Amino acid sequence: MAVLLTSLVTLLPLIVITSIDYNFTQKSIESENLLRTLRIGSNARRSISFFLSERLSALSFVVRDNPVEELYQPEKLQSILLNLRESFDGFVDLGMVDSAGIQRNYFGPYNLEGKDYSTQDWFKEIPNKRFSISEVFLGFRKVPHLIIGVRHTLPDGSFFVLRSAIDTKRFNELLSGFELGGKGDSFLINREGIIQTPTLYHGQVFDRMVYAVPKYSEYTEIREETNATGESVIICSAYIPDSPYILVIIKNKNELMKPWRETRVILIGFLVVSISVILLVILGVSTYMVNNMYLVDQRRLIALHEVEYTNKLASIGRLAAGVAHEINNPLAIINEKAGLIKDIFSLKENYAGDSKLVGLVDSVLSSVERCGTITKRLLSFARHIDSAIETIQIGEVIKEVLGFLHKEAEYRNITIKIDFAENIPTFQSDRGKLQQIFLNIINNAFAAMSVGGHLEVSVRYVEAEGIKAKIIDNGCGMSEAELGKIYEPFYSTKTKAGGTGLGLSITYGLVQELGGRIDVASRVGEGTSFTVTLPLEAPQKTKER
Amino acid sequence: MRVLLVDDEEEFVTTLAERLTIRGFAVEYATKAADALVLAGKNVYDIAVLDMKMPVIGGLQLREMLERQHPEMKFIFLTGHGSEDDYRAGSTGAGYLVKPVDINILIQKMKEAIEQ
Repeated sequence: MAVLLTSLVTLLPLIVITSIDYNFTQKSIESENLLRTLRIGSNARRSISFFLSERLSALSFVVRDNPVEELYQPEKLQSILLNLRESFDGFVDLGMVDSAGIQRNYFGPYNLEGKDYSTQDWFKEIPNKRFSISEVFLGFRKVPHLIIGVRHTLPDGSFFVLRSAIDTKRFNELLSGFELGGKGDSFLINREGIIQTPTLYHGQVFDRMVYAVPKYSEYTEIREETNATGESVIICSAYIPDSPYILVIIKNKNELMKPWRETRVILIGFLVVSISVILLVILGVSTYMVNNMYLVDQRRLIALHEVEYTNKLASIGRLAAGVAHEINNPLAIINEKAGLIKDIFSLKENYAGDSKLVGLVDSVLSSVERCGTITKRLLSFARHIDSAIETIQIGEVIKEVLGFLHKEAEYRNITIKIDFAENIPTFQSDRGKLQQIFLNIINNAFAAMSVGGHLEVSVRYVEAEGIKAKIIDNGCGMSEAELGKIYEPFYSTKTKAGGTGLGLSITYGLVQELGGRIDVASRVGEGTSFTVTLPLEAPQKTKER
Repeated sequence: MRVLLVDDEEEFVTTLAERLTIRGFAVEYATKAADALVLAGKNVYDIAVLDMKMPVIGGLQLREMLERQHPEMKFIFLTGHGSEDDYRAGSTGAGYLVKPVDINILIQKMKEAIEQ
C-alpha cells in the first residue's frame, strides 16, 4: 500500500508533466508546420501573381506603345516578340486577333495565322474585360500552354486583341522551386479543380484533383483533410487574382510530423526509463527498509522473550524458595516424628516384629525423603549465593562429572567419547556451578539413552565466543514442542522415573549466571546435542535479592 | 557425646532430642538462643546443632556467643532454606544440613566435626 502510494506520488507529476510536454510539443510542431506551409503558400501566390501580371503589363505596354497599323506588320510583331523574349521568358508567340476572333497577324513557331479564337473561353471574356488570362489548355498546337490577351479599343469603337501564348514550363519551374518537404506537392488548378501544372503525387495535368475545390477567399487558406488511404493531409490554397488559377499546396501530415515522431520516441523512452528507475528504487529501498525493520523487530522480540523468560524464571525461583522453606520445617517435624516412631518400634520387641508397622513408617519416611529432594532442588534452583570463583580447567570438571556416572555407564554399556581440544585456556569460574551444569546435562543424556548408547563430549575454544562444550547423545531425542519447554521449571519427561523437572531450569539459570549461553538441538529418535558456551571472563556478580 | 540442640520449632527439637538420646547421645535442647546460653553456662557440650533461622538471635550469632564461652565447641547448622547465611555457615568450617535431615547423616556429620 505504502509502495503504491509512494509510486503514485512520485510518478504522477512525472507522467503529467511529460504528457503536458508531449501535447505542447506536438501542438507547436503542428502549428509550426501549418504556419510554414501558409507562408510558402503566400509566397508562391505572390510569385505566380507577379509572373502573370509582369507579362500582362509587358503586353499592355506593347499595345499602347505601338500604332495598330505597325502591329499588323509581321516584321514589327517579330521584332517585338524577340524583344519580349529578351526581357521576359515564357513568351512563345505573338498574335493580333480582331474583334471577330480571327488572328490577323502572327509570329511564332506555329503557323496560326487566320485561326479563329472566337469559341475559346479566354476570347469570350475579352469584350467585358481589359485583358484575359486563359486556363492551361492544348489548343491548336496540342501542347499545354496558356494565353494572355490584351484588348485595345480603337477610336472607332472597334477593338483588337494582342495575344501571346505563355509556355507553362516557367510555371512549373516556379512551382517546383519551393522547399516543401514532407511529400509536399504544389501545383495550380482551375476553378473546376482541373490540374493545370504537373504534380508529383496528385495526378496528371488535366486530371481532376481528388480533393474538393477550395472556396473563394481573398487570402491564402489552409485546411486539413484525409486522403483516400486515410492519411491526414494539409491543403494550402490561394486564388491567384485576375486569373482562373488556384494555387494548391498539399503536404502529408505524417511526413511533416516525422521529426516529431523521433522526438516522441525519445520522450516516451525517457518516461519509461524514468518510471522503471523510480519503481526499482522505490521497491528496492522499501524492501530494504521493511527487511531491516523486520530484523530489528525480530531482535527486539527475541530480546523481549529473553527478558520475559528470565523474569519468569526469577519469579518462579522466588516462589519456589518461599514454598520450599515453608514446607521444609513441617517436613522436618514429620521426618523426626516418623523417625522416632520407627526408633521406638525397632527398640521395643513387641513392635519390632510387626513388619507392617515398620513398613508403614518406612513409607512415611521415604515420602518425606522424596519431598525433601524436591524442596532441596527448588532451593538450589532459587539460590543466588556469591560464586566461589577459582581457576578452572574445563576438561577436569567434565571428567569429574563423568566420574560420578562412570559406574552407570559401565552397567548400561554406554560408550563415552571424549574430545577436548588442546588449546583450551584455563578461566575463572565457579567449579560447583560448572559441575552442576554438566552433571544435569549428562544425567539427562544418560536418561535419554537406552542400553548401548553413545555419548560424545567435546570442548573447543572459539576466540570470539569462549569455551564451547558440546554434549551429544544418540538417545530418544525431543520434539519441537518439547524443546520449547525444557528450561521451564517442573517440566519433565521423566516424571515417572523420579524427575523433578528442575534439572534444566537450574542448569539454564547457572549458565546465565556464568555469563554463558546454552543451546540445544534435537531430533526425535536421533538424539540431542547441548552446547554450553562460556565466556572466559565471568560477568560482574550482581545481587538480585 | 554431649549435644546441645537449639531450634525454635519445639516439636522438631524435642523429637530429634529423643531420637538422639535413644542412640546414646547426651542431649539437651533449647527453643530460644537465650535458653541455650543459660544451658551452655551450666554445662559443657562437645557439639551444638543450631537452627539457622530463629527469632531475635539467629544460629550464626548464637554460634559466636557460644564459641566465646567454649572455644573448643563444634557446630552444625540446620536450615530450611538455602540462603546466603547458609553459605557463610559453610565458609566458617561448620557443616550445614538442609531440613529434613536423615538422622544417620546428622550423626555422621557430628562425628566428623568432633574428629576434626
